[in-house]
Amino acid sequence: MTSALNPKYSFDSFVVGAANRLAVTAGRTVAESPGAAYNPLFIYSGSGLGKTHLLMAVGHAAKRAAPKLNIEYLTLDEYVEAFHASVAAGQGDAFRRRFQNVDVLLVDDVQFLTNRKEMQSELLRLTEALQAAGRQIVLTSDRPPPDIADLDERLISRLSGGLVVDMGTPDYETRVAILRRKAEERGARFEPGVLETVAQAEVGNVRELMGALNRLVAFQAVNDTSINAETVKQILGLVGEEGGAAPPGDGRTPAAAKGGKAGGTGGGDEFGEFLADVTVTVGKAVEAWRARVGEAVLRWEGEGYRTHRLEALLQRDAPAAVDAAIAAFAEDVERLKALEEEVAELDPQAAGQSVFRDPERLSEAEDAAAKVRGGAAPPPGPSAAFPLAAFAVGPSNQVAVSAARAALERPGKKYNPLVLVGKSGLGKTHLLNAIGLELTRGKRAVVACLSTQAFIDELIAAIDGDRVDWWRARYRRATALLLDDIHLLAGKERTQEELFNLFNLLQDKDRQLVFTAPAHPNTLSGLEERIVSRLEGGLVAELKEPDRDVKRAVLERLLAQQSTNPEPALIDYLADRPTDSVRSLVGLLQRVVGAAAAQDGPLSAGLAREVLEGQAPRDTRRGSGFRASGLVVSSLGGIKSREKVVWDWVDAADRVIEDFR
Amino acid sequence: MSLVNFTTREITCKIVYYGPGRSGKTTNLHYIYGRVPDSRRGRMVSLATQTDRTLFFDFLPIDLGQISGFSTRFQLYTVPGQVYYNATRRLVLQGADGVVFVGDSQARQLDENLESLQNLQSNLLEHGVDIRTIPLVLQYNKQDLPRELILPPADLDDALNFRGVPSFGADALHGRGVFESLKGISELVLKKLATGTTA
Repeated sequence: MTSALNPKYSFDSFVVGAANRLAVTAGRTVAESPGAAYNPLFIYSGSGLGKTHLLMAVGHAAKRAAPKLNIEYLTLDEYVEAFHASVAAGQGDAFRRRFQNVDVLLVDDVQFLTNRKEMQSELLRLTEALQAAGRQIVLTSDRPPPDIADLDERLISRLSGGLVVDMGTPDYETRVAILRRKAEERGARFEPGVLETVAQAEVGNVRELMGALNRLVAFQAVNDTSINAETVKQILGLVGEEGGAAPPGDGRTPAAAKGGKAGGTGGGDEFGEFLADVTVTVGKAVEAWRARVGEAVLRWEGEGYRTHRLEALLQRDAPAAVDAAIAAFAEDVERLKALEEEVAELDPQAAGQSVFRDPERLSEAEDAAAKVRGGAAPPPGPSAAFPLAAFAVGPSNQVAVSAARAALERPGKKYNPLVLVGKSGLGKTHLLNAIGLELTRGKRAVVACLSTQAFIDELIAAIDGDRVDWWRARYRRATALLLDDIHLLAGKERTQEELFNLFNLLQDKDRQLVFTAPAHPNTLSGLEERIVSRLEGGLVAELKEPDRDVKRAVLERLLAQQSTNPEPALIDYLADRPTDSVRSLVGLLQRVVGAAAAQDGPLSAGLAREVLEGQAPRDTRRGSGFRASGLVVSSLGGIKSREKVVWDWVDAADRVIEDFR
Repeated sequence: MSLVNFTTREITCKIVYYGPGRSGKTTNLHYIYGRVPDSRRGRMVSLATQTDRTLFFDFLPIDLGQISGFSTRFQLYTVPGQVYYNATRRLVLQGADGVVFVGDSQARQLDENLESLQNLQSNLLEHGVDIRTIPLVLQYNKQDLPRELILPPADLDDALNFRGVPSFGADALHGRGVFESLKGISELVLKKLATGTTA
């Protein structure tokens, strides 16, 4: 609430001159014996002449003399704010008590009491209380109490009752002293006569003087040349001594003044004016590039990029094509951004490298990005063996297929995730891969389509090889993730964790997710609740036992592959046979085909009837290792599901067929 | 040519007064010459025929002294206006930082103005400079002539100033508009400094 005393503002750093000697003496006296000498002490002066400095100096000196004193410095605005806050909090009394316990109260800028009746009475009360308790109060203002508009008479008399002193503009000697001291503080050295020249300028207050000094310091630092008394005037835009003082910045130079004289009449003035104009324009233009470079440095630094290159530019005197340099820099930064973004997608950790923040190391950044790019091979894609066109559609799987088509129309937006459920051998894998294939047609599509088991195995390998980040990055790139047999996640906690994160990330980016499972997700055991709920969050579409249409379509496709010419009755016969899955239908067909091959006879309905009805139906058992999809699952895939593995060969005929394939 | 040399801390501006014959280019330079203090101007070089027509070119160097720590020089050139001195014009135009096109306000000279402006464009192009990028101001001289003989600046703007560059009505003989034009072009030229180019 109250400002701390600025340690720079002490009596030691206050330059005393004729104009402020009285005020300083009064201040010192008050600091040495607070409450005893002038109470209240009221100091006024124009802006920038050291009121705040003196006020704080009093505080410092008082503190030094008696460290236990409770000293408060605040501006009137802060005082008002504090008051309002306390009143709002119903703590008005606490506020008063607080200030009544202050030993030395320093209030800055009390001229803002104008139009604040309430604060005036508050201050009046406080002043009375402090005075009565023998505590010191020092106030500053830019005008004497009676001149503060709309100020309560009582307050005026109260404030005028102590000592009212003013501080004037510093005289020439004081100005030189101030300049010398400030230059010394900044460690700036000037040639003899420089500061004197500055001091000759008739400035309104010390702040302007500091401004002039700052310009000199900056000029000297930037140009690396020392300034002499003559150039000072040019830098500060002062006219020559003979012309007397002029307000700074009128753009006239000694040259202009001389030009005026040489030209004599009005004609000369034309040249002088011209020169003045040119001077202003040149001044702006010459320094403008520095400003622009500075802006660029600030901007890019703010965004976290290293800016040596631009800073180096500032060090130089001859910056060829500054704008081109800035533009080139910006271009490099843009490139870095693009690289970083790309890398972040592939490998978030790699994106944190500092190389992506330093345009000087752009080529390194390119290399790093290339490395990440190369490292992050695309995740396994869908198998080309399962085109959507080859998927047999019938009433039994109509729902799932139309859901798939809808998802393909607007990937990631319509049904996300899409979960295909159904018993084994109904074509889930086929449909999944078909969706994957369709998705890969998209522009820049990276479709990850694999079995859950492969997914798990990859993760294990990645953990083993200590490159989980790389593994994650591969999948994070994916524009679609399709996992077959999601129930295999059961008990794989780490994979579930990874999938959960990946799921969220991809779903957030509207990327299509498709899963298959043997049953509705909420009936699968071993899956974490959060996974299950996410799976249920999209559409769960079921594939049912194949209907006649589907069966016919499958048979036609398979027989077409046999390149034999089966009689239509065979298809009818097989399609009518009860089968609970496409896979068992394929099994039936294989047996018929095998028998036909063994007999070297034609494929006919009669043969089929003979083969299939001549022995006990074996539909209830998994007769062959074929998947409806025809996909041969590699043992490396680590298929552990009972459904995926042929556990026992039923008979030699089946075996022969398997070998034949 | 180097406009701003940060190493030697010099600024040199080459300004060319261009325009049809007898439009008052040399008059501009003479007026300026007369107003620049002796210490600030170099010798005005004028290669003229006996009838005071510019034969080759006029050259007036002006030293503006130290400005913002740069020793600043302006070099003012005129070109011969007559059509048959085109090679000279092209030569003078080389390396110009800015062009003051001095047009003749007389109504009957309008075609000459247009022709000269086109000539300026093609000559600049020969140096690989696009007239749209070089600082250019138009000065409509001889505005002191009787009203019935001349076109007002607004009409001349319509006819000539299709690029919307700064334009000045002038009476070079008596000095009206001369320094205004020079200031105008200087400002444009020096603003090019802001791009920080050292060509």
